[in-house]
Amino acid sequence: MDARLSVKFNKVSLEYPNGVRAVRRLDCEIRKGERVAIIGPSGAGKTSLLRILATALRPSSGTIGVLDTDPWRLDRGNLRRLRSRIGMVHQAPPIPPRQRVVTAVLAGRLGQWPAWRSLASLVYPMDIAGAERMLARMEIADKLFERCDQLSGGQLQRVGVARVLYQRPDLILTDEPVSAVDPALSDRVVGELNREAIERGVTLVASLHAVDLALHRFPRVIGVRAGEIVFDLPPVRVSDGMLAELYASESRTVPTQDNQTLETVPAGVRRRPMFS
Amino acid sequence: MNSIPRLRDPAAAPRLLLAVCIVALLWPGFSLTEFDPAALFDERGRATIVKFVGTFFPLETSPDFLGLVLKSTFETLAIATAGMAFAILIGWPLALVVTRSLSISRIGPGPGLMPGRLVRMPARFALMFFRSIPEIVWALLFVRAVGLGPAAGVLAIGVTYGGMLGKVYSEILESNDTRPATALLEAGGGRIAAFCYGMWPVALPELVSYSVYRWECAVRASVIMGFVGAGGLGLQMELSMRMLNGGEVSTILLTFLLLVVLADGVSALLRKVTG
Repeated sequence: MDARLSVKFNKVSLEYPNGVRAVRRLDCEIRKGERVAIIGPSGAGKTSLLRILATALRPSSGTIGVLDTDPWRLDRGNLRRLRSRIGMVHQAPPIPPRQRVVTAVLAGRLGQWPAWRSLASLVYPMDIAGAERMLARMEIADKLFERCDQLSGGQLQRVGVARVLYQRPDLILTDEPVSAVDPALSDRVVGELNREAIERGVTLVASLHAVDLALHRFPRVIGVRAGEIVFDLPPVRVSDGMLAELYASESRTVPTQDNQTLETVPAGVRRRPMFS
Repeated sequence: MNSIPRLRDPAAAPRLLLAVCIVALLWPGFSLTEFDPAALFDERGRATIVKFVGTFFPLETSPDFLGLVLKSTFETLAIATAGMAFAILIGWPLALVVTRSLSISRIGPGPGLMPGRLVRMPARFALMFFRSIPEIVWALLFVRAVGLGPAAGVLAIGVTYGGMLGKVYSEILESNDTRPATALLEAGGGRIAAFCYGMWPVALPELVSYSVYRWECAVRASVIMGFVGAGGLGLQMELSMRMLNGGEVSTILLTFLLLVVLADGVSALLRKVTG
């Protein structure tokens, strides 16, 4: 695989045991340090695509390359090491309700810490300052020692993002990371994810429900429908017609934050400055 | 009219079939065991029951005997607690091995799937083996190894209950939300770490309440341990029964009731603390 590539899909298909074909013969390349938004109606295969990238699902056919290797040809140890370099922000944060926020964030490094350190950290958190820093970026540093069942859905989702920031992965994947966060903060969270990717030169692939976020914050937007790529363009070249067609099966309007109508400004001015 | 059949619950027919199957399976069981509730209430049966229960009263309350019961209670508690500790030592590691949600190779599936299965199978079999043999048989076996006394009882409870704990712990872990642990495995975490960070906090109250319930069972099981001279309330019960002293037996039974009440309280308290 080309060393400048972070992700390479070669005719990748995914069929679930119940016969649903979530991904169909998909070809795609993402370079190192690229920031890509994936948009499309529900059931389009966005989550399946990300889970293939996260090496959580194995394609039914085709080959993938992630961070310079084919994950499914690695042995156990190397596959685990590869997985520890991939960070996934799940849509529903997979965090036990009784766990404290600090523990949930530190869990991001379990793939890198030796076992003794993981266990010792349950007795006394090993890196309180590190966890606090990541939570501060999500503006929930005050929740450090609270239990996760005390948080709102949006706060919990930001804990999930903080965990992945703490993991410091080489490939950041996010599956609708701000679906429960209110619009003003969503912008901030997606901005922080972008900042992380830029500062460390790592790749960011984010599926987003809100099209305006995708168009404003990402230099490359991939539209997915029925397991296939419909378009793969910089946001300035994504036309209203393309978007309307992408979401035609779902509703008459294109989904945005707060359901505001998408600004129909002339092409080229759509992208807001990165950090406003 | 055409739309009406489609509004019918499609699950109704399978449910009815299931109910019929359950009754059909239970019927031979009842007839095979000559189960006849009417026999409980006929003239002769009632007289026998009344006479038998009558021998249990009045309760034996002499200070000597109560002192003996108190001492035996502490012995029983010691046997049950030590046996449970031993059972947890056997059950936990096996539970972690057989829990499928903690398997890394299942994701994908990836490398090591077959070796994983090959390890899980004997572990599962070991659990079945431990719990399939009643504790009294284990006790008779261990008596030959370590001699008469509480040690044999502790070992017997440890092995049998280890088998039960391992199975049920693993089932509790599987039936709770396994996504946190899976997510940690997908991020490169190890089996033990995924358990400690992803499953333990989810399942803790259930694990605690089942363990306390098993401890309560271990207290009762120590009655059987009396037969192998393991001491404790079991031995007292055995002696009292042999001397046909119903009053002493009922005092000991009352002690058991108090122990169960205690276990129930402990369980409720621990659930509250961990909840």
